[in-house]
Amino acid sequence: MVLADRRQVLAGAGALLVATVLPLPGRARAATAGASVFEPNAFVRIDAEGLVTVIIKAVEFGQGAATGLATLVAEELDADWDRVRLEFAPNDNTRYANQRMGTMAVGGSTTMASAWMQMRKAGATARMLLVTAAARRWGVPVSAVRTDAGILRSGRHEAPYGAFAEAAALLAAPEDVPLKSPGQFRLIGKVAPRPDSAPKSDGSAVFAMDVRHEGLVHAVMAHPLAFGATVARLDDTAALAVPGVRKVARAGSGVAVYADSFVAALRGRTALDVAWDMAAAETRSSHELEAEALRLAELPGHAVVETAPFPVHLPPGSRIVEASFVLPYLAHAPMETLNATLKVTGDRLDVWAGSQFQVLEPAAMAAELGIAEDKVLLHQCYAGGSFGRRATPGREFGHEAGKVCAAWGGPEPVKFVWTREDDLTGGFYRPMMVHKVRAAIAEDGTILGWDHRMAGQSIVAGTPFEAGAKKRGYDQMMVEGANETGYRMGAHRLGVSEMASRIPVNWWRSVGASHTGFVIEAMVDRLLGAVGIDLVAGRIALLEDERARAVVRRVAGIADWQRARPEGRALGIAYVKSFGTHVAQVAEVSRGEDGLPRVHKVWCAVDCGLPINPDNIRAQVEGGIGFALGHALHAEIVLGEGGQVMQRNFDDYPSLRMGGMPDVEVAIIASDADPTGIGEPPVPPLAPAVASAWRRLTGQAIERLPFSRAIREARA
Amino acid sequence: MTTAFTLNGKPVTADAAADTPLLWVLRDELGLTGTKYGCGVAQCGACTVHVEGGTRRSCVTPVGTIAGKVVTTIEGAANAEGAAGQVASALQRAWVELDVPQCGFCQSGQIMAAAVLVRQVADPTDADIDAAMSGNICRCATYLRIRKAIKLAASHLRGATS
Repeated sequence: MVLADRRQVLAGAGALLVATVLPLPGRARAATAGASVFEPNAFVRIDAEGLVTVIIKAVEFGQGAATGLATLVAEELDADWDRVRLEFAPNDNTRYANQRMGTMAVGGSTTMASAWMQMRKAGATARMLLVTAAARRWGVPVSAVRTDAGILRSGRHEAPYGAFAEAAALLAAPEDVPLKSPGQFRLIGKVAPRPDSAPKSDGSAVFAMDVRHEGLVHAVMAHPLAFGATVARLDDTAALAVPGVRKVARAGSGVAVYADSFVAALRGRTALDVAWDMAAAETRSSHELEAEALRLAELPGHAVVETAPFPVHLPPGSRIVEASFVLPYLAHAPMETLNATLKVTGDRLDVWAGSQFQVLEPAAMAAELGIAEDKVLLHQCYAGGSFGRRATPGREFGHEAGKVCAAWGGPEPVKFVWTREDDLTGGFYRPMMVHKVRAAIAEDGTILGWDHRMAGQSIVAGTPFEAGAKKRGYDQMMVEGANETGYRMGAHRLGVSEMASRIPVNWWRSVGASHTGFVIEAMVDRLLGAVGIDLVAGRIALLEDERARAVVRRVAGIADWQRARPEGRALGIAYVKSFGTHVAQVAEVSRGEDGLPRVHKVWCAVDCGLPINPDNIRAQVEGGIGFALGHALHAEIVLGEGGQVMQRNFDDYPSLRMGGMPDVEVAIIASDADPTGIGEPPVPPLAPAVASAWRRLTGQAIERLPFSRAIREARA
Repeated sequence: MTTAFTLNGKPVTADAAADTPLLWVLRDELGLTGTKYGCGVAQCGACTVHVEGGTRRSCVTPVGTIAGKVVTTIEGAANAEGAAGQVASALQRAWVELDVPQCGFCQSGQIMAAAVLVRQVADPTDADIDAAMSGNICRCATYLRIRKAIKLAASHLRGATS
């Protein structure tokens, strides 16, 4: 199976040179065959050859959403999975909005949960029309027609779907179609290999970065040295003297350099002489910002949870644990840096991008170009990772790309690319968060009181999402996971204080749970440890939800929690629910040669409702654990004096590499409950599970991430 | 200026300054976009190609230095002559069989790095794989499956030759 983009095929041999996407013979016919193509709804197309094309409304950046959505359609359609192709949807909210968000978007691990019924109905409707067409032709009742893997059968009659594509196209779609019961599933919960594995293994998958056009102008941007700074003075003489550089222009908060090649554009950027006006810039270092956040976290803050006053008198044998946690700014650093190609033709705009906000982002570009929103067409590409980076509430990259294209001013397509240095220094980090917690536990493991104060920047402050996310007076995404922890918390108070800064912050794979999960679990772990209660049994006793207890029991079982480990190794455990999915992880850890935790193996139990694609669930757990571990061990964005970001590339923002990847064993809880997310939920429990093991191994409680800094500072 | 070299078995001439990184010659001039930009400073391995059969970070390789040499990219790897092509092809099949890629952006470089390892070591150990693949970052952290796919491809190749 290959990914087809019909628009690219229709563009044919014109200006668009996506040389790596060659139309297959079948696809070319499908795109031009007209009436013989059966297109019962916005999500399915079946041609006379029986090829099934599923229109994918979600961005595919690795999470497997394209495979998952196609699986739902193919399941109810009874399609032959080997004859299913994927095609990305254009920017159109009327047909392709995420039904939980009202706009085309991927976020909050909602793709499968929100499209679960919609995609199945799309497939079932198409199947019913094919069945009806066959029944009429064969003169049998609809109930006498069976379907299996793209074949219609009734008695002696048998025909592939393609044979009835044309006839089915003439029928009116039924209002209501029956859906399968889980016992009838042949793809859901079974094996459905990723259609994108082959093109991603032979170099033919087209990412936005791979889009080529004749006459393309390459653009890069010199961004301010500190967030909020602007251009004070620009001397572009040397830049314009670089061979291949065609133009230098102020655009947005920086300076755009346009050239015949990407390399020339970069060299032109290096040759720029820019003085920055720092008057409005955030010039505080992260050290200073941390001190400010710690000061704010001393305050009661906006009360998010307030059940009862912290107990004054504690029963004998009770223990109190107090700790301050500092979780750093983190970059997403997707492998493919931000980029887009924009082409203005008269009053319309074509955009090639791997967009996570497929309507909002092109609209932001169009707005900067004075082009009407309905005159912009997105040619959606694969996206090389995101982890949250490709979707910012203010659509800043879209606006910047639009400004860069507008400042060029010519009819040539403009390819605007961020370098890795732009990516790491350009903001939209997981905000630095400070938590101060004072909690009390009784001798029997009951939590008696929990006073929790947190401070940091709000992701939505000053964005179009602010009103929605702050309808209770605080940023819901800041506190998620700390307000509803799943544990019986006793006298629980949670207060939050917002820190103002111009450092751009954003959601980062697992959002609030990426810091609240660490804090809650580290505290529960230390409380149980303080009264000598087993970390598994103690959690099971405290957890309110049976699904939560079940994942903890299960992970303890597959990890053989009670079995003694070799000298120098210890197990740790954590449980976090995020985006509706329960995840528990056990990590086996030793002290590595570098003095940092060496994670040998992670066991993970996950309950994400009905498992649609078990192998993709395992893949997301494996990858989520590796992503979380690399950041927990090493990653931190630091602002130096004057507010300049210190990390510029992967040499100073280290990523997990092959040798650091632990073995992973996954248990998926069997469930008929509606599916919930899987892209983000494997991330939050990893760091606290490693911290739990580290505490048991060394006695050191980790109160700051990354581990590398916490351990270095403890030694000093 | 121009630089002549052999690319995926065919002679090509690049019309770019000698200090232009090979990566951008491949992608922007010659239209082979399977080789990726990830960092530009030889830290991530997404730009890995073969020069004279060995791995090379094309983002820091001036095109002038490969004059007269044999370059293979992901697009031509499976069609390379002899064992090299068989190894790349076996790796690509293993990658698909195990559904290794997530976002996929680094995987061309991963496969090109793995191809040199498997050509040199018929039965790579975990330590061999750690050493050979340590220069290739996968932000999706598909490392477990990369490891499994390398071993699977190597075992297929050993089966084919024994």
